[in-house]
Amino acid sequence: MAERPGIELVCPAGSLPALHAAIDNGADAVYLGFRDGLNARNFPGLNFSPAEAADGIKYAHRRGARVFVALNVYPRPSRWAAATAAVDAAADAGADALILADAGLLQYAAERHPALGRHLSVQGSATNWRALQFYRERFGIRRAVLPRVLSVAQVRRVIERCGIEIEVFGFGSLCIMVEGRCALSAHVTGESPNTHGVCSPAHAVRWQEQPSGRQARLNGVLIDEFAAHEAAGYPTLCKGRFEALGSVMHALEEPTSLNVLEILPQLLDAGVRAIKVEGRQRSPAYVAQVTRALRTALDACQRDPARYRPPVAPAAALARLTEGHAQTLGAYSRPWQ
Amino acid sequence: MKLSVGPLLYFWERDQVFAFYRMLAAAPIDSVYLGEVVCSKRRALKQEDWEAIGRDLAAAGKEVIFSTLALMEAESELAALARLAAGTATIEANDMAAVQLARGRPFVAGPHLNVYNGPTLRLLGALGARRWVAPLELDTAAIAELLTERPEDMECEVFAYGRMPLAFSARCFSARVRRHNKDDCNFVCAEERDGLTVYTREHEPLFALNGIQTQSAQVRNLLGGIGELKAAGVQMLRLSPHSHQAVPFSEVIEAFAHAVRGDETVQCPASALPGGYCGGPMLEAAR
Repeated sequence: MAERPGIELVCPAGSLPALHAAIDNGADAVYLGFRDGLNARNFPGLNFSPAEAADGIKYAHRRGARVFVALNVYPRPSRWAAATAAVDAAADAGADALILADAGLLQYAAERHPALGRHLSVQGSATNWRALQFYRERFGIRRAVLPRVLSVAQVRRVIERCGIEIEVFGFGSLCIMVEGRCALSAHVTGESPNTHGVCSPAHAVRWQEQPSGRQARLNGVLIDEFAAHEAAGYPTLCKGRFEALGSVMHALEEPTSLNVLEILPQLLDAGVRAIKVEGRQRSPAYVAQVTRALRTALDACQRDPARYRPPVAPAAALARLTEGHAQTLGAYSRPWQ
Repeated sequence: MKLSVGPLLYFWERDQVFAFYRMLAAAPIDSVYLGEVVCSKRRALKQEDWEAIGRDLAAAGKEVIFSTLALMEAESELAALARLAAGTATIEANDMAAVQLARGRPFVAGPHLNVYNGPTLRLLGALGARRWVAPLELDTAAIAELLTERPEDMECEVFAYGRMPLAFSARCFSARVRRHNKDDCNFVCAEERDGLTVYTREHEPLFALNGIQTQSAQVRNLLGGIGELKAAGVQMLRLSPHSHQAVPFSEVIEAFAHAVRGDETVQCPASALPGGYCGGPMLEAAR
């Protein structure tokens, strides 16, 4: 099957049913991780064995879709052998590309499996074309996923000068810090995306009912307290309510989801090669709905970008799936910054 | 064990900056890192000012290194980096863009490059890195393990004193909590000389906002852990600047200078910052 021109839709798969859901609903590619604690969704009950990954890859390839394997923690010395074994396993399973962050691991993959595509993970923290030049020249990366810190104008500028494909986040939970440069979770729980593939890990979360409301704690630290009429969100550190300058507020960010539906023509025009959907921890039903909505919107945008308006039904479907029923353009929009 | 003073992470008034570095010229430290690491909009000092401070410190016998921005987005930031790299100064690279430009001559691999294993450390060594500043989230045991795989001529430096830089964002939080956005920030980050403390709703100090950077409210203080760091193979300790309102910084330097000479009884002066001292690598370890 011929590759679709324009923007590719890259969707999350935390399990085989989610992979099927993504591909059956129009994903051009899916990304997944092994069950080895070496990728950024190191959650209990999630991810793939090498045999399951091979099954998923066969399923995808029969339908003209591709599979990328995320191996995007920074392995410490004790995990190095497991990390290189996972690179080998991804190659054996027939993956189309690896999504890597660690420079040493990129070098290993480039030397050992030169024909296997290498994508720089968002965890690689490359926010400018000069950094991408480093990764391209050293490790021959084919694509990079940009951290969620750039405006649309900055994304365009990176694409003009970097000489590789650029993938950006389009929908899902919003990291507001530069990915790969955030140790908030390490500070409070000892575990972070870089080292353990987790942020605000579930095992550190405690919910406590108090007369004043429902408290969400992370390793004992109060992240938020919700009154009876408020929806209680997961206690991610950057979405907590804290006291600053004498007021209680969402000092860093409100619970909200990224949604680029309204700026798809701008991203297309900037030369973005792929839109990524966050959410390997989500259910197959969620993946199906988000994939279908974005497929519809992307097809409409690519048919006629000048007249594109976010299609009504997909926009409504996505709005229902957002965190705290709120959505944002994040850093793509300067005023957000 | 040598001592360094890391880059000034806060936005201080010009006179205060000059006074601080005059104090350092006479202080018992080996190395000083200069330049703006957090936000390129902060321009109280021009590059020529930093260079003049660097000359004075070098004349006083200090090793001088220029630190680069951790989060590089704008063309203007890349252009400033290219000018710095074209000069003769030694650079602390805090982004791979800086590694790309500094490679081939000696540089310091800063704490914001992600180095978590031997192969990555050796790769940077092959490109010219002669010193590695460990990421903040690595504890002494993890650093010791990694240092067994380091190249022979690679020094290791550890962030040993100061509010810990934990994260960077496109968003300016000092502006946000005052309901400004970054393009209209009015340089409000200058109002807190040591960051703006953020508390939990139970009044526990948790973070400190410093422009686009989020720090720990707690001041990391590894004065009591110098023996372990030495045993791990660490050769330099970094003290991160704080204002005189927070702590008499010259006394912090004196305390560390005594401690690295083997004085086990020496104490740091108390910190006036909410959050106090944190003896471990992070809050979690101290709880």
